[in-house]
Amino acid sequence: MKKVKIYITLRESVLDPQGSAVQGSLAKMGYNEVQDVRIGKYLEVVIDDTDRELDVLVKEMCEKLLANTVIEDYRYEVEEAN
Amino acid sequence: MKFAVLVFPGSNCDIDMYHAIKDELGEEVEYVWHDATDLSEFDGILVPGGFSYGDYLRCGAMANQSNVMAEVKKFAEAGKPVLGVCNGFQILTEAGLLPGALLRNKNLKFMCRTIQLKVENNNTLFTSQYEAGEVIHIPIAHGEGNYFCDEETLAQLKANNQIVFTYAGDNPNGSMEDIAGIVNERGNVLGMMPHPERAVDALLGSNDGLKLFKSIVKQWRESHVS
Amino acid sequence: MSASFEPNQEQIKEQKLYAGMGMSDEEYDMVCDILGRLPNWTETGLFSVMWSEHCSYKNSKPVLRKFPTKGPQVLQGPGEGAGIVDIGDEQAVVFKMESHNHPSAIEPYQGAATGVGGIIRDVFSMGARPIAMLNSLRFGELQSERGKYLFEEVVAGIAGYGNCIGIPTVGGEIQFDPCYEGNPLVNAMCVGLIDHKDIQRGIAAGVGNTVMYVGAKTGRDGIHGATFASEELSEASEEKRPAVQVGDPFMEKLLLEACLEVVKSDALVGIQDMGAAGLTSSSAEMASKAGSGVEMNLDLVPQRETGMTAYEMMLSESQERMLIVVKKGREDEIKAIFDKYGLDAVAIGRVTDDKMLRLLHKGEVVAEVPADALAEDAPVYHKPSKEPAYFAEFQAIENREPEVADFKETLKSLLKAPTIASKEWVYDQYDYQVRTNTVVAPGSDAAVLRVRGTNKGLAMTTDCNSRYIYLDPETGGKIAVAEAARNIVASGGKPLAITDCLNFGNPEKPEIFWQIEKSADGIAAACEVLNSPVIGGNVSLYNERSGEAVYPTPTIGMVGLVEDLAHVTTQQVKEAGDVIYVVGDTTTEFGGSELQKLVYGKIFGKAPQIDLNVEANRQQAILTAIREGLVQSAHDVSEGGLAVALAEKTFASDKLGIFVTLEGSAITALFSESQSRFVVTVKEEKAAAFESIIPDAKKIGIVTDDGKITIHGDTGILVEGTVEEFRSAWKGAIPCLVKSEA
Repeated sequence: MKKVKIYITLRESVLDPQGSAVQGSLAKMGYNEVQDVRIGKYLEVVIDDTDRELDVLVKEMCEKLLANTVIEDYRYEVEEAN
Repeated sequence: MKFAVLVFPGSNCDIDMYHAIKDELGEEVEYVWHDATDLSEFDGILVPGGFSYGDYLRCGAMANQSNVMAEVKKFAEAGKPVLGVCNGFQILTEAGLLPGALLRNKNLKFMCRTIQLKVENNNTLFTSQYEAGEVIHIPIAHGEGNYFCDEETLAQLKANNQIVFTYAGDNPNGSMEDIAGIVNERGNVLGMMPHPERAVDALLGSNDGLKLFKSIVKQWRESHVS
Repeated sequence: MSASFEPNQEQIKEQKLYAGMGMSDEEYDMVCDILGRLPNWTETGLFSVMWSEHCSYKNSKPVLRKFPTKGPQVLQGPGEGAGIVDIGDEQAVVFKMESHNHPSAIEPYQGAATGVGGIIRDVFSMGARPIAMLNSLRFGELQSERGKYLFEEVVAGIAGYGNCIGIPTVGGEIQFDPCYEGNPLVNAMCVGLIDHKDIQRGIAAGVGNTVMYVGAKTGRDGIHGATFASEELSEASEEKRPAVQVGDPFMEKLLLEACLEVVKSDALVGIQDMGAAGLTSSSAEMASKAGSGVEMNLDLVPQRETGMTAYEMMLSESQERMLIVVKKGREDEIKAIFDKYGLDAVAIGRVTDDKMLRLLHKGEVVAEVPADALAEDAPVYHKPSKEPAYFAEFQAIENREPEVADFKETLKSLLKAPTIASKEWVYDQYDYQVRTNTVVAPGSDAAVLRVRGTNKGLAMTTDCNSRYIYLDPETGGKIAVAEAARNIVASGGKPLAITDCLNFGNPEKPEIFWQIEKSADGIAAACEVLNSPVIGGNVSLYNERSGEAVYPTPTIGMVGLVEDLAHVTTQQVKEAGDVIYVVGDTTTEFGGSELQKLVYGKIFGKAPQIDLNVEANRQQAILTAIREGLVQSAHDVSEGGLAVALAEKTFASDKLGIFVTLEGSAITALFSESQSRFVVTVKEEKAAAFESIIPDAKKIGIVTDDGKITIHGDTGILVEGTVEEFRSAWKGAIPCLVKSEA
């Protein structure tokens, strides 16, 4: 079994008002060093051993459902699941 | 003319759409559950608002995976009218039937109010009963209605007159170019954030939405003169 | 944690472990007597939660008995998920209000959201389609960061749940006072519509019938939530709190649709929400109401977490679950309906004839207790009651006017007071239109929904001025009901019945218990005279933070019938030239008023007086005038007095204004909060007919087309300014306080 950790983020060209709001709050709390905040999604998908190629499978899932590539980018990491 | 109102788990404006057609327009209408695999008996498809699949993951993302959406794509390819309102608009963009995507409102809050909407293009099958440039009053109720697309797509939308409705007063959600509703290139698929089905009875404040449905019926009648 | 780690019967007794579950020594001894043996860990849990104030009303029952609960219109009074009132044509309205105060104080978004979810389940468990939500909220004065956070998150939680499930949130009220700073109040009301033939009850009848569990799976969330709700909040509460329950409005939407399909089936015998005390209360109450018993195998309960004990399953308050009883042999029909919505529907037990609640887990009987003992036989306490010292002091203070130098600025300041200021920032976040029946949206006296397919409407409101109740609970209790009725009447409806949420401090303090008793007396008297019985509600005690109680806040939720939609009336002025009338006398009444709070920073003195017979007659007269088509707009006069009421009447228009002349002392005329008053506009040609119905109506001016508010007094102009400048003060106040754009 594999655990796939998928990170979905808004594309750079897309405004992230939630991130801006969080950045504003952090600044108000005195963290003036914070330059930018972008908020995304993190998914853990546990996948049974399969004959199909994992990369193909994960990319398909991301492009068909998990991410909307009009506004989002995705990347992922694979690790052994126990 | 016979309409289908699609119902996904979590749709909640289905009943409003149904009554608008049946009670105010006097046309035939049926609810169609999301696992349906045949839309051939219908002349128009209405994708209603609500929170399909709880708006989980992304608004409209999971509804797009249901059986009926494959049929909606065929229906649209055949040139027949498809209207998506609010969550329905989100579903149509997820399905690729309309370009772009709908992001969270600029102020991050859900908003419900009646807004002024400008008819930018009255030369579509959905808007022929309106005057060009007419300003109408239609309610909005959404948290993710901030229309976004890339520059190239925007240029195409403009070049093809695909921007049908814009917000005439304040832009409530931060959408690009004040866009409130667009059609596909062929002009038979309309997606819009405001709710015309909530504006069909003056008792509730406005009946400015009725002409949209009348436009659809008029076009259908004219193309079905026997 | 597995069952083997649970304390045994002797340890529970010796170490008084029941005390940690909120059970007293006497109550524990009673349980031992009932069982004839020592209860085990699971059984101790069952009793402690069912005998908590939240589930048993053990401290408030003697008070609740004061309320009139019957009337020809009442089809179902208190005791079921929600009360039911006839509205003619074989239709009925179902409604109830419930508190979710403590959960909201700890986790405001989810606390409010699950409060909304719970009250919706109460309504559809009766077989009714929920058609509207209202809520009554109380917060501190939005001065602290924590206070703003609670306010914003509670509103977001209500919006998040209600919008998603697709039930319009059409009204309610919000008041702000420092007494709620540490213990906000979140009361949610749901209104449903039903055909008489579909009315369901929560009963487990018919020996051998099947008990089914439907909806979301059970986790460890909310264990002992009911007990938690029956204690004071303190700094330690954050640690003691049960796992926060997370609402899933999508699941509830599916459950709602599935249940409304199931109630059409004659295979269904009974249905009840798993609310407070979850599986325990639903099973025990359904058995007790039917005079039967229930046996359940907990191995079959759908579980979200592994290794759950019987104790944990029975006390879990996981959301979006229902217990139903189905005719034996017809389980598959019911299951097919839930399958369509992708929901669990599992047979977990059966109805027995031995009146016992018997639980099996892993092949063993883990609990066996009389169902009645859990549901009905909780001890009832008659708490000592004592008039607090402040009451006599306040009663001794003569009514007098606060000093005001600048009337116009004072009016603006009142319009900016958060309790009076526009709540648009709030209701803009609620979908108040979905299902397209909302005829009068938030922002008028009461919301009005049409009943589709008829020419009828339902008017609904929530009200409670807790300042008056603090000063004088009996008078304040009367006013709360009267004001709710006034809002219904001003909207064109006839009051049908009320639901209430009795929010008070710790009833073990005699002064608090006195507030509870006296306000109940006032509410009962007003319900009697205004012919509006109590058909259900809830009690929330222990609303204290570090020993400081909230003001006594028995919130009233009222529904009225608009017989013809042509009678629907709103508060806003309609046409220039219309005559403005005030109906009802104005005297010097400033105890607990907004002006008093503004000028002195505190409240004191006597609450405004109210004569219920005068109130009833006046409401009847106003309703008659409305029904005869003589009234253009109507608004009750409440917080801030006549000046605020007049200003509010102008805010919906860009062009209209008012020009009025008030007699007598200016401060009293403008800002007194004398009760039983309406301000009404009437077309000039109908003025004579209006005056013949309400001879004591006082003509004070006309609606103008100059977009100005002009108020003259005996000594000249008192207030003059554009509608816009008053409106911007009123509209901008709350966004400014929370520093967020609407």
